[in-house]
Amino acid sequence: MNAQNFADAATDSTAGTERDIKMVARDVNVYYGPKQAIKGVSIEIPTDEVTAFIGPSGCGKSTFLRTLNRMNDTVSGARVEGDIRLDGENIYDSSMDVVQLRARVGMVFQKPNPFPKSIFENVAYGTRIHGLASSRGEMEQIVEQSLKRAGLWDEVKDRLNDSGTALSGGQQQRLCIARAIAVDPEVILMDEPCSALDPIATAKIEELIHELRGRYAIAIVTHNMQQAARVSQRTAFFHLGHLVEYGDTSEMFTNPREQRTKDYITGRYG
Amino acid sequence: MTFSVALLLILALGVVAWLTARGKAAAFATSARSHSRPGHHGWYVALWAGVPALIFLIAWSATVPGLVASETLSAPAAVQLPADPMERSAVMAEVRGIASGELAGGFHPVSEQLAPIYRSATTRFGWIGFGIAALLALGGGAYAWFRLTPSFRARTAVERVVMIALIAASLIAIITTIGIVFSLLFESLRFFAKVSPIEFLFGTTWSPQTAIRADQVGSSGAFGAVPLFWGTIFIGAIIAMIVAIPLGLMSAIYLTQYAPPTARKWLKPILEMLAGVPTVVYGYFAALTVAPALRSFAATVGIPGASSESALAAGLVMGIMIIPFVSSMADDSIAAVPQSMRDGSLAMGATTSETIRKVLVPAALPGVVGGVLLAVSRAIGETMIVVMAAGLAANLTANPFASVTTVTTQIVQLLTGDQEFDSAKTLAAFALGLVLFLVTLLLNIVALGVVKKYREAYD
Repeated sequence: MNAQNFADAATDSTAGTERDIKMVARDVNVYYGPKQAIKGVSIEIPTDEVTAFIGPSGCGKSTFLRTLNRMNDTVSGARVEGDIRLDGENIYDSSMDVVQLRARVGMVFQKPNPFPKSIFENVAYGTRIHGLASSRGEMEQIVEQSLKRAGLWDEVKDRLNDSGTALSGGQQQRLCIARAIAVDPEVILMDEPCSALDPIATAKIEELIHELRGRYAIAIVTHNMQQAARVSQRTAFFHLGHLVEYGDTSEMFTNPREQRTKDYITGRYG
Repeated sequence: MTFSVALLLILALGVVAWLTARGKAAAFATSARSHSRPGHHGWYVALWAGVPALIFLIAWSATVPGLVASETLSAPAAVQLPADPMERSAVMAEVRGIASGELAGGFHPVSEQLAPIYRSATTRFGWIGFGIAALLALGGGAYAWFRLTPSFRARTAVERVVMIALIAASLIAIITTIGIVFSLLFESLRFFAKVSPIEFLFGTTWSPQTAIRADQVGSSGAFGAVPLFWGTIFIGAIIAMIVAIPLGLMSAIYLTQYAPPTARKWLKPILEMLAGVPTVVYGYFAALTVAPALRSFAATVGIPGASSESALAAGLVMGIMIIPFVSSMADDSIAAVPQSMRDGSLAMGATTSETIRKVLVPAALPGVVGGVLLAVSRAIGETMIVVMAAGLAANLTANPFASVTTVTTQIVQLLTGDQEFDSAKTLAAFALGLVLFLVTLLLNIVALGVVKKYREAYD
């Protein structure tokens, strides 16, 4: 039933708008051992917009996000079925190199996880392992640019050699974003990036997401519906492993088509 | 004799006290709301009945021999005793033997006269002790019994006794350690009165044989311990670590990062079993298998100074023995690096080996270093392997195929066989022991500090 609903939803909400699509998922099922966590999800991630995944705890939104850069490969017993394409290439195809995929699809986690290295080395990490900088000067330029884009440069430019773990929680999370954008990805996945932060740090991250929009395709998982409404243009509502509804954020929050979406958004459960 | 009877009596009184006090408390617990459970009241009275009496009994049994001896010596017959203290104590030993019935008669005539006095004194003091212990048990029990009321806080008192018992148990290990340090320290001071600490710590000649006769050759007695320290460091901290650090670290990395759960389930206990093999078994493996093989290899290749007992043989086998220590410490520290760190690196497109090299190992490094220091402290204190495989010649050499000796080997050499405890040769063992103790203590303190600091970083 969901595939059918989705097909309707997709045609309904995208009618009249031409979008560049970065990633396409069709009929994705994810299993953890015998348990099915994602049931037949189909979705499109647009290139120039922010897509928010919302839903109650355990609905599978984080699991689905992790299938988009194959981070579920690191979970033993996890199995992914279906078809996920990045610019038309099947990312689960045997010819797809997971290292290159993750360089193109970056990720920011729920809890800030800077490496116990200096701020500079944190940002330079991805650039080093992918060999993207040919000289020290180029590396410095990449680090500076990434920190500037992540809105952290002014706060840390005088102490690039301090440990990344010594920063505040909000700064650490922006450092992780800088680290992700340093390898110049096409897509950035954010898994509840503000859930461990205070309101001021959250506001800064949200502002940053606004600024990054257009340069990267962004998919963000959030528990906070106001946040979804504030930062995203497209919203997907997950429930019990199903994609219940997917459409323009403004429409979803004012005029949901599905009763379950309406109940969730108005706080009846979740 | 009376001691064991008194002990049984006290235990019996304790049981009786427990049962009756519990009964009394159970009776008033039904009518009023009691502060403590009947069992607590029972234990309270039983402890009062048993503990003071037991403490007295132990103290008494320690003082009785002295009392008996002084009473025997003050008897009129004792004036015939020889004045020399050694002869005197020999006679007293005979007296004790006759009194207990182990000897039929004494070598010295006085001992047979003194034996009855000794025997009667023993019996009398035995009964005095028995009586006082019984009075203490009854008195203590009665005191506690009359304090029992519904509002009496027996539970608090019993819990406090439990705590005191636990403190005493933990103090025993600490006090023993302090005792060991002091015994080492005093014997070492006696050694340093004969040999200057400067010569001991910085001298390069070790030849502990001291001359018994003036015309003996080559027994001048030189106590420069540098060759021993070098041998210990060469085997324990250099060769053994060259083997143990890479192998232990790599096995920890395989076990934590690559091994499927089934492989881990089997491999980890097998690896840890290495730590349970008695070191003497490693010792003969080193001496009988590894050392001859190394010597013939050295002979074939043409390395000079190769000996059938070599630093390399002992060091290699010791390194194998140490692998589980390094591996399990490294395993713990790598496993303690948060999963989010690993995910963060993998999500950047790093491969598993890049993640290990650039993120996990650096993050786990303090823990690994702590583990290595603990392993070094164990390696330099290790005795059996080096005694069997490293040799006795105090060579100051960097040739791993040559024979060297270690601090522990020399301690074994100095303290086995017949000893006189006033010669520098024997006392040198204590000075060596003190140095070894201080070094391992320092290593342990540093290692635990490093590990602790690291643990705090992620909690």
